[in-house]
Amino acid sequence: MARRVGVLALQGAFREHMAALSRLGVTACEVRQLKDMNGIDAMIIPGGESTTIGKLLNEGGILAPLRARIETGMPVYGSCAGLILLCKEIEQSDQPRIGVLNATVRRNAFGRQVDSFETDLDMPVLGPTPMPAVFIRAPVITRVGDDVTILAKVNGLAVAVRQGNILATSFHPELTPDTRIHEFFLTFLA
Amino acid sequence: MEQGTLRLKTGLAEMLKGGVIMDVTTPEQAKIAEAAGACAVMALERVPADIRAAGGVARMADPTIVKKIMDTVSIPVMAKARIGHFVEARILEAMGVDYIDESEVLTPADDKYHIDKRDFTVPFVCGCRNLGEALRRIAEGAAMIRTKGEPGTGNVVEAVRHCRQVMDEIRQLCALPDAEVPNFAKEAGAPLEICLAVRKEGRLPVVNFAAGGIATPADAAMMMHLGCDGVFVGSGIFKSGDPAKRAKAIVQAVTNYKDYALLAEISRDLGEAMVGIDISSIPAGERMQERGW
Repeated sequence: MARRVGVLALQGAFREHMAALSRLGVTACEVRQLKDMNGIDAMIIPGGESTTIGKLLNEGGILAPLRARIETGMPVYGSCAGLILLCKEIEQSDQPRIGVLNATVRRNAFGRQVDSFETDLDMPVLGPTPMPAVFIRAPVITRVGDDVTILAKVNGLAVAVRQGNILATSFHPELTPDTRIHEFFLTFLA
Repeated sequence: MEQGTLRLKTGLAEMLKGGVIMDVTTPEQAKIAEAAGACAVMALERVPADIRAAGGVARMADPTIVKKIMDTVSIPVMAKARIGHFVEARILEAMGVDYIDESEVLTPADDKYHIDKRDFTVPFVCGCRNLGEALRRIAEGAAMIRTKGEPGTGNVVEAVRHCRQVMDEIRQLCALPDAEVPNFAKEAGAPLEICLAVRKEGRLPVVNFAAGGIATPADAAMMMHLGCDGVFVGSGIFKSGDPAKRAKAIVQAVTNYKDYALLAEISRDLGEAMVGIDISSIPAGERMQERGW
């Protein structure tokens, strides 16, 4: 069956996620308004500015319907800002969020842009080859619920997690040619 | 682990796409911008309209102002350095500013050379009026490009001209036979290898924002239609009657630039827009866009 993946395109690196999906031969569509969610089987929430995307989700009336779709099983993957928006708790912030991932996130956990970094990450779920990971003003997960599996860590802090149909990473696979994270996410659709 | 790579620099600009970067001069304004949904703020001592009015030499802002704004908001904070003033840029980098705008809004410090931006950990954005200028800045290490427009005027015509010029030259470059590309590079004053990269991708190798004269949601939406990836709004917000409302409307306009019914709704009752300036009334020597080489 043809799978259709929506990429939230309110703000941020949606073009890169669209390109990654296209390289994998997956039909992708930009989601800017509620009506764009019709007929999608999964959703990617890109990196960007989480406060901006959260406000636009809220004002566009997308936040609650999207939360409901995720809660009833639609696969969702969030990178960086997407991870922040998926978390139930955001340290020192009351910003709007989808709040479906049973975890606490710390924004800008490594510091400012000058502290951003690239590294090769061990992520056993993707196989033995390390995943090239780009961390840009990246968050980390500081607490996870019992139903959340940690998939990768940096300095002992969780930077990739899964909770059932929800996948989230602090880093940006869409900025590298490596599509393994996207491929892994697409297995949620099977 | 690597830091300060081109991918990290251009990557942050990719994260800003589809967003609005707002000029702010106080922590209070920064709060308003963040609450309105700005994806970043530009910390300044004065907005371009006031710099234009004040005359004299415009320099990097007092670090105290920049620091206060950095301490106030959680979104990225940019700041401006004078063209060629690599020490102002080093100071801003040392402070941990997230992006430096090597900007024609300030008085140039070097009449021949721009900053060698490759050597920095912090990324830079630079203005351009045409493709050659954009590609020279990218060759120097700029990780993000914006149109120059004419800052502090509230008049979008120059931003439109510069955006159309860049897009037009990209289309020309992509349509040329291979044999004519080196001469195009020579005529444009642009490095050949970056011309080849543009031909391969069909667009600039970095994110391109609109700047210099955007004052309304309609202006912002128009720049998105013309192919910009996002917008800077300088004087347009905090020189208007209701900054919070206008800021929020411009954020909405950039995301929903194709939805005209929504644009009609969000353009209502925004209060006074900033007073605009006709470009022809600005003496040639006072046009900020002429600065940079």
